[in-house]
Amino acid sequence: MKLNKILKNALLVVLACFALSACATKKASTQLQSDVYTGKDTVEYLASGVPDRVFFATNETVLTTASRETLRKQAAWLRKNSDVTIVLEGHADERGTREYNLAIGERRANSAKDYLLTYGISSDRISVLSYGKERPVDSGSNPLAWSKNRRSVSVKAN
Amino acid sequence: MMNNTKFFFISFLIILLMPIKSFGLIEVDITRGNLSPLPLAVSPLSIDEKSRKSFEGLLKKKNIGEEISSIVENNLRTSGLFNPLSKDAFLQAPDIANLKPRFEDWSLIKAQALITGKVSYVDDKLRVEFRLWDVLAGKEMMALAFTTVHSNWRRVGHIITDKVYERLTGEKGYFDTRIIYVAEEGPKTRRIKKLAIMDQDGANNKFLTLGNELVLTPRFNPTSQMVTYLSYFRNLPRVYLLDIETGTQEVVGDFPGMTFAPRFSPDGKKIIMSFAKDGNSDIYTMDLENRIVEKITNHPSIDTSPSYSPDGKYICFNSDRSGYQQIYVMNSDGSNVKRISFGTGIYGTPVWSPRGDLIAFTKLHKGKFYIGVMRTDGSGARLLTENYYQEAPSWSPNGRVLVFYRETKTDDKGNGFSTKLWSIDLTGYNERRVETPTDGSDPSWSSLLSN
Repeated sequence: MKLNKILKNALLVVLACFALSACATKKASTQLQSDVYTGKDTVEYLASGVPDRVFFATNETVLTTASRETLRKQAAWLRKNSDVTIVLEGHADERGTREYNLAIGERRANSAKDYLLTYGISSDRISVLSYGKERPVDSGSNPLAWSKNRRSVSVKAN
Repeated sequence: MMNNTKFFFISFLIILLMPIKSFGLIEVDITRGNLSPLPLAVSPLSIDEKSRKSFEGLLKKKNIGEEISSIVENNLRTSGLFNPLSKDAFLQAPDIANLKPRFEDWSLIKAQALITGKVSYVDDKLRVEFRLWDVLAGKEMMALAFTTVHSNWRRVGHIITDKVYERLTGEKGYFDTRIIYVAEEGPKTRRIKKLAIMDQDGANNKFLTLGNELVLTPRFNPTSQMVTYLSYFRNLPRVYLLDIETGTQEVVGDFPGMTFAPRFSPDGKKIIMSFAKDGNSDIYTMDLENRIVEKITNHPSIDTSPSYSPDGKYICFNSDRSGYQQIYVMNSDGSNVKRISFGTGIYGTPVWSPRGDLIAFTKLHKGKFYIGVMRTDGSGARLLTENYYQEAPSWSPNGRVLVFYRETKTDDKGNGFSTKLWSIDLTGYNERRVETPTDGSDPSWSSLLSN
């Protein structure tokens, strides 16, 4: 009985996933996963295999699984290079009011910072700087461009 | 150019102020969208040949009387409440009209009101007198004269407009005012932003910073020529104070993180702003005299965009404590927080009207941005304008007009971005571009300069 119910729920989830992915356009489905950018455009590397940025969903400041993986790579790289300090630059897309976006950029950068701290990186090696919506990487006015702009970028400061 | 008010009115003589209002003369209703603006005639201010030549030498303007009256005419037209008639139709010469208008001539061209006046050169100064006439009643409604330094000639036009507007609508004008804003240039991904200031009609545009650092959200002090704004000087986003008379700048307070979203209290003695730390933005005030900092909100959500009520007793602000951006009102000490926006969509940038009765806001709903107004308890919300992107309304000092900025959607290649200043009446009518030499955003309207 119980197993049956679980299976039924799992089936529903799988079906829902199919339905959702079918809704997205072909291009977006490869680079956008439930509103979060997953592509490689605009991404730079702190070292080989260490991406410099993580992306967020609209109005969200929580880290995705992929973001956490990226940040773990950054933490490992920071541990190996103990003299390096970084600035976490938090950004928002253009679809929000300027002042709120400054706050949300700050919150995104701090989400990344908090995660790095849990991996043993000292807080005095990390500073935070919010640009709100002032420094987009993609000047487009479409969901894909906005998803690239909702980001926290780790920039080497020294 | 930045002459202070104190040396503006060398003398301000009221020759004759119509003392009784009991005639039932012309009145302009400004409570509704005015679809039939009042036709009036602005006769060029007359000038004697000697004065004309003196001002031509000083100001490089061929006929300063005509220049001043065209400022008045332009102000009245952009208000949307008046329809200044074409000068080609005027039958009476300016000097004679100012002495004794032939009302039949003016009513023939359907003018209901007439403005006449005279400019003269007296002791190196500019002396202006003007009269406002009710054409249908055949009566003088107001007469004023003042003397000032000649470089203030544009302000003379604005002050005349303010007096006429006040006499005909019963409310204070907003023409002798300035707008501070952010001038923008360059590609969208690397915008150069500078503080800029101009007269309300776009004249005398002047840049106040060089564009070396990012600057945002300048706001006027309602009681002086001070401005508060956000600067990224040395990559440390902090709230600054700028004296636009002297150019001196200073950081507001000593905060270990980003301060932003500044505004003055209505008495000009405090700055209210957000301070962001560890992913949490709360609202703080700093007293500019004793430098005492107070924390006003204490909540794990983002609290920002604070704006005082004109009596200083309340603060409206933006918070996402409900999950999304909404508008809240609280007492000025931070107590008694109440959410007031309950419509569909998200709400930002609340700004309390200088009249106290309304709060202007930005709303995002289904991919469109709106500028709207609601009562201070959140009831009676009205959306004034819809667009791809617009935000940051700022009130004219009489609370009748809002200025805001609007950004365009870019094309497939990300080209075609621009941001411009716009104004709209409280009624939702009379939407207009406010012309600026470059792109512009984050406008803030000053108080009346002359009182």
